[in-house]
Amino acid sequence: MRTTRRITAALAALVLVLTGCSGDGGREDGRITLRFQSLAWQRESVEANRELVAEWNAAHPGVRVEYVQGSWGSVHDQLLTSFMGGEAPDIVHDASDDLADFAYGGYLADLRGLLSDRLEADIPRRSWETTTFGDGVYGVPFLQEPRVLIADAARLREAGVRIPTPDDPWTWDEFRSVTKELSDPDAGRYGVAWPLKEPVPATLDLSLSAGGRMFHRDADGKARIRFRAADAVVPGTVRAQVNTDRSASGSTLGMGGADTLPGFFGGRYAMVPLGFSYRQQIVQQAPEGFDWQVLPAPAGADGLTQGVSPQTLSVAADSPHREEAAAFVDFLLRPGNQVRLALGDWMLPTGRTALADPALRTERHGWATGTALAEHLRPAPAQSVRGYPEWQDKIATPALQEYYSGAIGLSELRKRLVEDGNRVLARYQR
Amino acid sequence: MRSGTAARAGQYAALLAYLLFLALPFLWLLSTAFKPPRELGGPHPAWIPRDPTLANFQQAFAEQPLLRAALNSLVAALGAAVVAVLIATPTAYAVARRRTPLGRAATGWVVVSQAFPFVLVIVPLFLVLKNLRMVDSVPGLVLVYVVWALPFALWMLMGYVRAVPAELEEAAAVDGAGRLRTLVSVTAPLLAPGVAATALFAFVTAWNEFFFALVLLKTPERQTLPVVLTRFTGPEGVADLGPLAAAAALATLPSLAVFAVVQRRITSGLLAGAVKG
Repeated sequence: MRTTRRITAALAALVLVLTGCSGDGGREDGRITLRFQSLAWQRESVEANRELVAEWNAAHPGVRVEYVQGSWGSVHDQLLTSFMGGEAPDIVHDASDDLADFAYGGYLADLRGLLSDRLEADIPRRSWETTTFGDGVYGVPFLQEPRVLIADAARLREAGVRIPTPDDPWTWDEFRSVTKELSDPDAGRYGVAWPLKEPVPATLDLSLSAGGRMFHRDADGKARIRFRAADAVVPGTVRAQVNTDRSASGSTLGMGGADTLPGFFGGRYAMVPLGFSYRQQIVQQAPEGFDWQVLPAPAGADGLTQGVSPQTLSVAADSPHREEAAAFVDFLLRPGNQVRLALGDWMLPTGRTALADPALRTERHGWATGTALAEHLRPAPAQSVRGYPEWQDKIATPALQEYYSGAIGLSELRKRLVEDGNRVLARYQR
Repeated sequence: MRSGTAARAGQYAALLAYLLFLALPFLWLLSTAFKPPRELGGPHPAWIPRDPTLANFQQAFAEQPLLRAALNSLVAALGAAVVAVLIATPTAYAVARRRTPLGRAATGWVVVSQAFPFVLVIVPLFLVLKNLRMVDSVPGLVLVYVVWALPFALWMLMGYVRAVPAELEEAAAVDGAGRLRTLVSVTAPLLAPGVAATALFAFVTAWNEFFFALVLLKTPERQTLPVVLTRFTGPEGVADLGPLAAAAALATLPSLAVFAVVQRRITSGLLAGAVKG
């Protein structure tokens, strides 16, 4: 009997707790509440976002913004479900290469006419292109990062190699010979470590420097893949470094960028090509006294050009308060605020005014090298091509991994990327 | 005799190896939780932190509402375990004891339902919960966890019910006990280990679940621990390893505590010698 009473009491308590946890979000009457889902994750970046939201809320008592933290690893599935269920956040933080499906699916608001002239003029046209799908603009590109070479400065000094600058970068051939010079594979020391766990974006983005763009829009408006000599420059260099020169470690081909850092700090690799924001990890984790520097990625026939997929802010099409949401985006991306967000994320702002800020032009931690590369950044190839994600996962990733490891040659790579790839694209473009 | 000893030694060696295999990731997690950033990026990783620190724990608590998220997880997991057991126990008894075509069809459906992947059901589930006004609520999440855990819980409990000899219930009836009395005084105590194991399974499944919680809970104050843990990770698998490891190590403690409490119930041998002949 006592046991029965205890169970009943426990169940009653559970029901009470559960009831207490439900609710409609406590929206106050007469005030608009916007939900802003941010993907900021580094401490400084989260702080910057929270501060800006607090500043907005203090200045706009009628339009309260609620800060919600999402996560990069699951954002696509989470947003897709929320959009389909009509429960998406009003303001969505994402990356331009993830927007195509949402934009074409009608889940994002066309921002034309909703943003200020100041913001539209401040962000370069090439950046707007990353968020333009069809006739509409479905996001504001606001942060981006070039791929750079993070180098062990002492190793480069010891070897006496020429140090490249944005004005006088290495060519791909020069880069290959420098890495050879820096290597002693028998002692387990390599000139470079290529972390190519996701080989497709890295290959396509860097190939723009050599004039490779693989995806071509034909007269009928359909995208088709072609693999020309310019497309083979970057993949050919990496393959030669790993398999011919042994100046790049084969074991890092399956690694993510962060996985290569212990080897880099330990002197195993003299250079690691990484995104600009990895500097934060290096500052945090590098051993005391470790001397590192930021170098521009090698240049090709098209100079230092490389592809990027900027981080974006979009407004949900279902939001009943699109204008207010766009006004918040506009506030968040005022030049001074863009600088704060860029510093927090260790990335570059897209806005010209913010990019000119002295805080982002300092030599410290390689900021100046990064900002000098900003003018060379272009939309990542193919990000607006429908069928690209399937091509990337099923065709290009395994093909490039096999090519880099030496398992297949250039003709087989070309065949898979082009013939198999165009079959995939054709299914999406009927 | 000698070969028997060798076999026994081999068994213990295999068991030890298996235990190590299971324990190593957790030990590495603990080790990482106490390492400062420079040790995490060091080229020569060590099991024992050279310069142990609590800074990762401080940072984890400072950056994310871990206690609130843990409370949400606890409510969702306990709710799911209790409700799943309350529904599954009588159902399992009925299906296992009364063999009807309907029961067989139901068990077949239980097996088939295990084959559905999360992504297949998440959108319809989201819409159903939205119509019930249960999106973004812990009760809604409990409902999903119960539905998700129920087939396997039912399957587990059916096995336990079948293991209770019907002769014991018949003997109680012969002694004059009614149906309810038999169930409460004879069957229920013998089923207790099975119920405890099933509850543990439902609890741990709900405690660790990520995807449904991510999609269904929008308000930060209602999010569960697995969702909050992902906030320590960035794009391309980059993570704030120290605080992540510290938070993840703390997140394993409730599961261990619940297991420590419940495992005393999961004892074997209760039925040994209950039926002779």
